[in-house]
Amino acid sequence: MITVDSLTKTYGGFTAVDDVTFTARPGRVTGFLGPNGAGKSTTMRVMVGLTPATSGGVTVCGRQFRDLPNPGLEVGVLLDASAQHAGRTGREILTVAQRTMGLPKSRVDEMIDLVSLTSSEADRRVRDYSLGMRQRLGIATALLGQPEVLILDEPANGLDPAGIRWMRDLLRGYANQGATVLLSSHLLHEIEVIADDLVVIGNGRIVAQGAKSDLLATAGTLVRTPDVTALAHALTVSGVAFTKSAATGGDDVLRVEADTDVVGRVALEARVLLLELRPAEGAGLEEMFLELTSDTQRETVIEGAAA
Amino acid sequence: MSTITADTPGTATVTRVERREPAPIPFTRLLSVELRKSFDTRAGFWLMASIGIASLLATGAVLLWAPDSELTYSTFATAIGFPMAIILPMVAVLSVTSEWSQRSGLTSFTLVPNRSKVIAAKAGVTVGISVVSMLLAMAIGVVGTLVGSAILGISPVWDAGFVDLANIVLAQVLGMLVGFMLGVVIRSSSAAIVAYFVYSFALTAITEVLAATQDWFANLQPWVDFNYAQGALFNGSLNGEQWANLAVTGVVWLVAPLTFGLWSLMRSEVK
Repeated sequence: MITVDSLTKTYGGFTAVDDVTFTARPGRVTGFLGPNGAGKSTTMRVMVGLTPATSGGVTVCGRQFRDLPNPGLEVGVLLDASAQHAGRTGREILTVAQRTMGLPKSRVDEMIDLVSLTSSEADRRVRDYSLGMRQRLGIATALLGQPEVLILDEPANGLDPAGIRWMRDLLRGYANQGATVLLSSHLLHEIEVIADDLVVIGNGRIVAQGAKSDLLATAGTLVRTPDVTALAHALTVSGVAFTKSAATGGDDVLRVEADTDVVGRVALEARVLLLELRPAEGAGLEEMFLELTSDTQRETVIEGAAA
Repeated sequence: MSTITADTPGTATVTRVERREPAPIPFTRLLSVELRKSFDTRAGFWLMASIGIASLLATGAVLLWAPDSELTYSTFATAIGFPMAIILPMVAVLSVTSEWSQRSGLTSFTLVPNRSKVIAAKAGVTVGISVVSMLLAMAIGVVGTLVGSAILGISPVWDAGFVDLANIVLAQVLGMLVGFMLGVVIRSSSAAIVAYFVYSFALTAITEVLAATQDWFANLQPWVDFNYAQGALFNGSLNGEQWANLAVTGVVWLVAPLTFGLWSLMRSEVK
């Protein structure tokens, strides 16, 4: 269980994390989603005590991270796979962590096997590792102490498709055993296939959170027509709410807050030609993500960021 | 087009076995981990090995080139002390700064969130290494003296007593702590190493010139110049005033900046 409570972190006049509150629950994979620079990594660094919070705070397993007696046995952390001493071998990095936690020596080899590093790769120095190998080593370090909470910042970075699939199964297995898994990503599809719960952040603020199924269920219907004006009129008359679809970009698409059969019937009665009619959730999180973050995205907030 | 089949698990029904609270990490374990970290990189290993290598080279140089009359124990001790005064502080600097320069601190300070414990373990290992290195150096000096006297066919000259040797060890420990302090304050390998050379060599040259040309400074120097005050340690036993000089300058040049460095290190962001 990770509880983030009204967390704010400012750097001078810049607010990196702005009053963020959410909970990552046991037995679930919580996806922490946001565009670059949204405050995901800062939030995660505050969680594990590497960055002091300006106000608010985080508890992990019911207490502040710094009060955990042997944090490696309770919380597995991977913040940056490249943050390792380049002159140590992979095996040595795991051994240092294993000794710090006071675990049996055999755990090191178990972890090397688990993340599919070969024995000769494990004996190479980390400066000669690819990003994918560093990522596997970082995951091995995080899992070493069999923790009940995992905090992983962009763990899929640098992994090949098979590696991403492997990691997804691994994290799912962990959550199914009752662990709390929090992972961040800016890659929507990655999060979409694994997360149970979502926390979407943009410019330091949470813009949406909840169960993935709930968030997707509210997405409604996408409808494309050559005669937008007529359809809009018909929908208004029928009392169905709709908006122009931001994510699909086309002028001829409406996102309607009703099921496909309702929209189809309205169009039929108004004799409006439809080119496309489908549940908006088919467009997946991308629709939601772009929509939710469109007013906080990098491209559109240059004046906001300067403030 | 892939559709998402969310397996809507509802609230978690799986409960984990209640865990026992782990025991806190003992300080001795941190000491052993930090000691291991001083040796387990190629750079670290050779830096440590160079302590022994440099002692042997210095001993060999004395045997080859020192005049016969100076083949005494104190000559060996002094010759071995020079490379030590450079190598040991580097070991101290890197033990702290590599956590930032190599970014391994992300893991170290996540596994042990109480940073003061990690830094204290590093300090303990640093002092331990300097004492052990000096004992090694003295043993090599003994061998050098015996070999030298055997070559000359004279009886070996033991012209350095326990107090002299203890003072030299203290001087090396202080030098290593200066390196440690600069590492804590600066937290960047290259900058801290440069700072060490400025601190102990460039600064010494400047104060020497100043003392030679300005009478007021020459009188004041023992009370303001840490390097000068340490110099007394290499010249036999110290009188009360010299100990006071060492204490006063040590507080100003070592303890105060170290305190500030620790204070800022505890509050800094580890990136």
